[in-house]
Amino acid sequence: MSAVYKLEGVKHNYDGRTVIDIGHLEILEGEIFGIIGPSGAGKSTLLRLLNFLEPPRQGVIRYRGTAYSAGNMPSLDVMREITTVLQKPALLSTTVFNNVVYPLRIRHKRPDPQKVALMLQRVGLTKLGHVRASSLSGGEAQRVALARALIFNPRVLLLDEPTANLDPANIAVIERLVREFREETKMTVIVVTHNVFQARRLCDRVMLLHEGACVEVNDARRFFESPKHALSRAFLSGEVIF
Amino acid sequence: MKRACFLLLLSAITFSGCFPSGTRGHAQPEELLLATTTSTADTGLLDFLLPKFEQEYNAKVRVVAVGTGQAIQLGRSGDVDVILVHSREAEEQFVNEGFGVKRYDLMFNDFVLLGPSSDPAGVIGARSVLDALGRIASRGATAQGVVFASRGDDSGTHKREMALWEQAGLGTPRGEWYSSLGQGMGDTLIAADEMRAYVLSDRGTYLSMKDKLRNLSIVFEKDEDLFNPYGIIAVNPQKHPSVNFRLAQELIAFFTSVHVQQMINEFGVDRYGQPLFFPNSEQWWLEHGGE
Amino acid sequence: MLLGQMVSGLFEAFKLIIEGDPEIYTIIFLSLRVSGIALFIATAAGVPLGAWLGLTGFPGRRLVVALVYTGMGLPPVVVGLVVFMLLSTTGPLGSLGWLFKVPGMILAQSIIALPIVAGLTMSAVGGVNKNVKQQLVALGASPAQVRWATLSEARMGVIAAVLAGFGRIVAEVGAVMLVGGNIQYRTRVLTTAIVLETRKGNFGMALALGIILLIISFFVNAAVLRLHRKELGES
Repeated sequence: MSAVYKLEGVKHNYDGRTVIDIGHLEILEGEIFGIIGPSGAGKSTLLRLLNFLEPPRQGVIRYRGTAYSAGNMPSLDVMREITTVLQKPALLSTTVFNNVVYPLRIRHKRPDPQKVALMLQRVGLTKLGHVRASSLSGGEAQRVALARALIFNPRVLLLDEPTANLDPANIAVIERLVREFREETKMTVIVVTHNVFQARRLCDRVMLLHEGACVEVNDARRFFESPKHALSRAFLSGEVIF
Repeated sequence: MKRACFLLLLSAITFSGCFPSGTRGHAQPEELLLATTTSTADTGLLDFLLPKFEQEYNAKVRVVAVGTGQAIQLGRSGDVDVILVHSREAEEQFVNEGFGVKRYDLMFNDFVLLGPSSDPAGVIGARSVLDALGRIASRGATAQGVVFASRGDDSGTHKREMALWEQAGLGTPRGEWYSSLGQGMGDTLIAADEMRAYVLSDRGTYLSMKDKLRNLSIVFEKDEDLFNPYGIIAVNPQKHPSVNFRLAQELIAFFTSVHVQQMINEFGVDRYGQPLFFPNSEQWWLEHGGE
Repeated sequence: MLLGQMVSGLFEAFKLIIEGDPEIYTIIFLSLRVSGIALFIATAAGVPLGAWLGLTGFPGRRLVVALVYTGMGLPPVVVGLVVFMLLSTTGPLGSLGWLFKVPGMILAQSIIALPIVAGLTMSAVGGVNKNVKQQLVALGASPAQVRWATLSEARMGVIAAVLAGFGRIVAEVGAVMLVGGNIQYRTRVLTTAIVLETRKGNFGMALALGIILLIISFFVNAAVLRLHRKELGES
């Protein structure tokens, strides 16, 4: 498998405080890559950099072979291959249907009603297409956000704590959908989670991020069964690490 | 409530005044509320006379300058102690209904008919003010550029104007040429100046604003029908026990006294070359009888 | 006595509305026409200005924002004075002949409403959740598409801004009195009629007009509150 992302010497800071400092990292095409770590480790910042929502202060992010950096950010067409689902679904104040087709509209694509109906069916919202998004429960809203991200077949799906506020049933639905769509479209999924069990269930490979730096990257099974690094062991055993 | 507190305080002060030791000079001044028309306040006559009264009687007079209609209404509701207005009929009604004790003649001024110096209605040289108004009405209905601006606020001046239209046999004027503004004298003069309109004004307000009125000048004056008497009435304490009737009567006595009447006769002469108001109290006429 | 006047004022208000006194209807209609047209102008200029200030950054933006906020508190009587001086026969716009006429009143009220509409539009647009904007970019929206969606998200706030502008000008007296002149049948609106009736001592009539104005303001403000609640419910 080839790498979809290659990070080389990426550093990022806010107000002089270093939040990301990654010397080298590769994320492979089609894998589900988990990023875990204590809060404040820089997980969400890393996702924003991978979505090119802000340029890295230093270093190069290579996406599908092309190097991008502060002075050279990707074009809109490249940006449109990548998307993020946030912890809190930021839905537009309109109907569920309009939310789901929004990415198609901004790409000037006519939404195929059958395809949209199928998508709504798969996320379990068939009956709610014409309901206002503001009236949905947290789990329903997050499923809309996922449907909206999947409707245009992104090449890379970034998930930032996608199930942090949800009940077990909704968590299971979302994890199943992510797995199914990855199988069908071969997209790459990068998921930030503080839930080590979710990372274990979902991910092919896992990275522990600590103070912006990559502590350990490993196969999920190996990472959870025999972590190499002392910090990884501490984190997995539930200790608070600083 | 405020007023009751004030009265309580006042009686305490009056009581303390009984003690001999010259505390009277330091006593809190008594308060008197006077409702009057904008014309007396705008000309500065009250600012000229009242300080003398306040000093002499250790009083503080608060002036509410409104239209005659509202001034009388304030008297009816007992919100003021004394009213100084110029609308004879309304004043007599006020007394007859028992709201006022007695109406005293105080002074008079006169009205003047103002208009643009081009005089598009040909008012200059009219036989009488009624003739002048007739010309404005007939030209206004037919010719462009003839406009009349009315106070339209039920004030003494407005009531007089309406009476004059009536006397001239024109009823209540209406039409494009007639603008009923519903504003005070000063505002109406400014508007009439901008509109190049004819307007009926009291002489005092006109003289005090003459410098600011670029387009207006007197086109007709000195007609018996333009005579404008002012009256002063204390509010009846039997209707409104809270009013300061005693001080109100003192103010009336002060205003109608010969030496204050003389001051009224001289007010404004230094600035405008002519008096704004003419003395008209009984005392004055006793002194200057036969003139 | 005063209580009695208030009660009789209430009765008089309903009587006037039901009986359809033609002068009252002229006054109400003129109030709505002047403030309505002024609002239309203020909206056409203020919503784009507010959206522009809320969506973009440029050098000098803070100064413009400060000016807009100052303008929101402009005393109507000061606006009236300046417009009066502009439209006076000796003023720079005297040749328009708008003084003491409806166009002059509309001009003054447009100036009063403009900063309110612009300022509240700016707040509404600026108040759209930052996460939403970031999410839009992440979904592939171009900068122009983000701006448009942000404006659309703020639409309830924008409508509230427009209604607030209306509530302000329909209830203002200082500017229409100075610029309009309160001329019967021509430039007399609800607020100036209230001043006039009070001056005449017709407190009952004044109160009746006040109640009519209050009813209009009530419906406008109720609409504003409804929209605010709706907006809160959606965010």
